Amino acid sequence: MRQRPWLFLLPTLILMSISAFVPLMAVINYSLHTIFAGSTPEYVGLQNYTDVMGDPQFRGALRRQLTFSLIVLLIEIPIGVGIALCLPRKGPTVGLSLVLLGIPLLIPYNVVGIVWRLFTQSDIGVIPRVLSMFGYKYNVSLDASDAFMTILLVDVWHWTPLVVLLAYAGLQAIPQTFYQAAEVDGASTWKTFRYVTLPKLRSVLTLGLLIRFMDSFKVYSEPLLLTGGGPGNATTFMSLFVARKAEAYELGYAGASSIIYLYVVIVMSYILFQFINRPPEGKRA
Amino acid sequence: MARIELKSLEHRYASSRKGKSSFAIEDLNIIWEDGTANALLGPSGCGKTTILNIISGLIKPTGGEVLFDGVEVNNRATRNRHIAQVFQFPVVYDTMSVMDNLAFPLRNRGHDEKEVQSRTGEIMELLDLNKLADMKAERLNPAEKQIVSLGRGIVRKDTVAVLLDEPLTVIDPVLKLDLRRKLRLVQRELKLTMIYVTHDQHEALTFADHVTIMKDGAVVQSDTPEGLFLKPSTPFVGYFIGSPGMNMIPCENNSAGLEVTGSPLFIPKSIGGKTDNLEGSIELGIRPEFVETSIKELPDWNRFEIRSLDHAGAYQILTLESGSIRIKSRVEDHFVSKEGDPVWVNFPTDKTNLYANGKLVTP
Repeated sequence: MRQRPWLFLLPTLILMSISAFVPLMAVINYSLHTIFAGSTPEYVGLQNYTDVMGDPQFRGALRRQLTFSLIVLLIEIPIGVGIALCLPRKGPTVGLSLVLLGIPLLIPYNVVGIVWRLFTQSDIGVIPRVLSMFGYKYNVSLDASDAFMTILLVDVWHWTPLVVLLAYAGLQAIPQTFYQAAEVDGASTWKTFRYVTLPKLRSVLTLGLLIRFMDSFKVYSEPLLLTGGGPGNATTFMSLFVARKAEAYELGYAGASSIIYLYVVIVMSYILFQFINRPPEGKRA
Repeated sequence: MARIELKSLEHRYASSRKGKSSFAIEDLNIIWEDGTANALLGPSGCGKTTILNIISGLIKPTGGEVLFDGVEVNNRATRNRHIAQVFQFPVVYDTMSVMDNLAFPLRNRGHDEKEVQSRTGEIMELLDLNKLADMKAERLNPAEKQIVSLGRGIVRKDTVAVLLDEPLTVIDPVLKLDLRRKLRLVQRELKLTMIYVTHDQHEALTFADHVTIMKDGAVVQSDTPEGLFLKPSTPFVGYFIGSPGMNMIPCENNSAGLEVTGSPLFIPKSIGGKTDNLEGSIELGIRPEFVETSIKELPDWNRFEIRSLDHAGAYQILTLESGSIRIKSRVEDHFVSKEGDPVWVNFPTDKTNLYANGKLVTP
């Protein structure tokens, strides 16, 4: 019965093919055609791909997206670890801190977008009010960098707690003897962090980094609700770009850009994973 | 290296119930001489690890003194005590190479790089780590990791003492022997003061020149391995040391002399004679190794019946019964007998200890 494993895999494979494989095939099929409403799709080969790659709007969105994800990781991972280090390790405040930290994670995406829209609204929002007291004229719908920074801020507010929770779980799992040994060896606080804490957190941080990279690369509802991708294209990230094309019923074009988008996410995640998870150096004698 | 002394040391852990605290150790007095191999032996939870952590300063005792070469160090920080500690689970710095691991304590204390190199070189030579020098520590097996953490302890020349907290727990049986031999070698070579904590009597007796036995946070006996084996100060030590432990035979002291409770066993006059002024509960203690056993009847030997036989390779352990008394006897493997057979048993005077109210009676 060599086929037996396949039998057991079958239910999963069926589910996966419905949820992922079939749609993917459909999108690939779209991407090879020029489609106009009401008319028969025309096969155009890789023309859509060439068009997308040459489209300055697409390139802009990709560049913006990479910048955004990079900054998100650079901010959220260190701050997340930092907050996790500050959290109490035992006692009644543990539960309270974790619940407070978890709240942003519980709020649905669109609510987050709407809440922050109210915060940042230039006439009634609390953020423009506060900033104007310091003499800064904040305007999310007119100033490109204000808009970009705001989306960044929302993402950091929304997702840093996830990194905190992961790092906190990782910290709790480090046996106390490692710290005792470091103390006996006369290690400074920094060296203890560098050579005990950080290496022991590597696997959870790898996970956090990957999750945050993939998620931030797919950021959609926040810019959609807060800025609508504007002003201009300042906050038009990849998903927004693809959605716009699909809404405009340029299905072939949208399909091609989706496939490229997916490809970029996979390749970037793979590179990241390889980079973090490289095997230890040195050979066994 | 130094002489380490604990003076009326006590430590309480705060209990979960408010206002109450329980003693982990109580009125403890131990001296470990400079440059000796010592063991601290006792059942789990008797306070051994607490003592080590107090010596290294990871725990501050609630009372008493810790002295290094006669100087009180109670308030000295861990990093200034120059103690080396090897933990139950090997601790290495995963991301560093073996060599950097060894150099870590020296670099932390600001030694210059030339000295660091030469000293780590010496230690790697001593511990046979040369061929692993550049390997990342996370790739080592547990025994190698434990050697590296020992090396980190002894790399500093000003190390006062090396504390080992059940260091062989996670090591493969095959490598255990090797590691223990290495520990012993290092101890002799560098004349280290070593304190080895374990609940395994075999490890303690083979490693140390001097063994301290603890129970419930207090010292029961402190002696050489031989002394512990031949003259256990209490039935607890007699039972704890040795495998199987010492036979304890309850006795009564009456006008006729010493008699075994509930059995017509004959006790040699030379033992019974020492008991004139003894009162309270009296016990005879004899190790299974010293119980003389014969399948032939001999005059003045006691008759027992074999209840069970356990083969243990080169020898057998017999469980013998006479009335309500049960003892164990260790005999050669070629001792031919079966369950239910009668045997005759003798307790040699010089190997039989007498206990009154749980204390050894010295003649």
